[in-house]
Amino acid sequence: MEQFTAAFITEDRWKLYFQGLGTTMEIVLFSTILGLTLGTICCLMNMSTTKNGRPTVFHYIAVTYIDIIRGTPSVLQLLIMWFIILRASTNGVLVAVISFGINSGAYVAEIIRGGIQSINKGQIEAGDALGLSRFTTMRYVILPQAFKNALPTLCNEFITLLKETAIVGYVSLADLTRVANQVSSRTYQPFMPLIGAAVIYFVIIKIFTILFGNLERRLRQDATC
Amino acid sequence: MLRVENLKKTYGETEVLKGISCEIKDGEKIVVLGPSGSGKSTFLRCLNMLEAPSGGKIWLNDRELTDENTDLGTVRQQMGMVFQHFNLFENLTIMDNIILAPVKTKKMKKAEAKELALSLLKRIGLADKADAYPSQLSGGQQQRVAIVRSLAMKPKVMLFDEPTSALDPEMVGEVLDVMTELADSGMNMVVVTHEMGFAKNVASRILFMDGGYIVEENDPENFFSHPKNPRCREFLSKIL
Repeated sequence: MEQFTAAFITEDRWKLYFQGLGTTMEIVLFSTILGLTLGTICCLMNMSTTKNGRPTVFHYIAVTYIDIIRGTPSVLQLLIMWFIILRASTNGVLVAVISFGINSGAYVAEIIRGGIQSINKGQIEAGDALGLSRFTTMRYVILPQAFKNALPTLCNEFITLLKETAIVGYVSLADLTRVANQVSSRTYQPFMPLIGAAVIYFVIIKIFTILFGNLERRLRQDATC
Repeated sequence: MLRVENLKKTYGETEVLKGISCEIKDGEKIVVLGPSGSGKSTFLRCLNMLEAPSGGKIWLNDRELTDENTDLGTVRQQMGMVFQHFNLFENLTIMDNIILAPVKTKKMKKAEAKELALSLLKRIGLADKADAYPSQLSGGQQQRVAIVRSLAMKPKVMLFDEPTSALDPEMVGEVLDVMTELADSGMNMVVVTHEMGFAKNVASRILFMDGGYIVEENDPENFFSHPKNPRCREFLSKIL
């Protein structure tokens, strides 16, 4: 009980956790948006072909991007972004959002590619045969289905990203993990702050899991396929 | 209307079409017959460039499809195609399946396209399915919708790629009825099929393909009663 008080009540420390959680969520939310956007664009670049079916220069750009991101640790990507590429920026959250967004984009690109490939090619052909542009067919027919098929994996990516943001302490951002660490070094009693932070992560992720589950079920009823 | 000159198609080492030339005139209903592997479907799919030919030329009226500078989109808007597996857009309602192309290619306003779609659906007796999704329809119904989806673009010619091959037997009739009615309305058609009854009654000309060539070309009456080519006779003796 005494430990609990020291970890959460004294000096209104519980507020710190919520501020930390706020920072975590802020980073996750915006980097998810950035990741989905980059991922979709990158996936379309990756799958682009010329008239005679050969890969375009965009394909090679996309593949290189995916390779580099998947081939290096995200902590390093964050540090490189903070200390080298965006050294001039003082806005840590922004740097984190950009770094995680770019990181997530590479994974999202591959997830969506899987979603597109799970759709039978006939619908693309039908679009072609009707004289629709590939862009129109993608936008109105293929991508909506691809996202729906990829939704479980995309949710998984979101959850991975949420937990991965725990490394932003490396660039002195006070996210939930960092706050817990700071409190424990103040009180010399790590148990309560660390377990407390773990419980908060767990509960938040559980809530998202339930929300995503509902969304999936709704989509499945919506258009049966 | 549609002219094909020395059309060739190879996949790697395999030569599927070895030089096909033919001309389809306005008002004709062509039925393409032949054993499986003879290249019928490939031939049909080359006609709207779903398969890029390896050689030869194709014209729709005075536009050369095989010319690199031709905008295929605008040419394909004049050529409807019906697939073996229907290929309806599964995330869209029947109504949206039909109006997507006319609206997005700016051929029609949305209200106009809807009106047309509804009248087309009435014609095939599926007006009550406008808000259903493809997966809620039977195969025969889906194929009839696929036909009117193409018709909504007001094409000059309709291509059919084994439209009844994936259907349960009791649903073949309803699709053939729609096709027959379409033929009677004067639509230009090229049909790859195994339905001999349809070929006999509807075709104005039959092309018989074997081994990547058109080996016989005739009107249905002579084709079925006096086939000239031995491979053609063999084919007919197996199926009739």
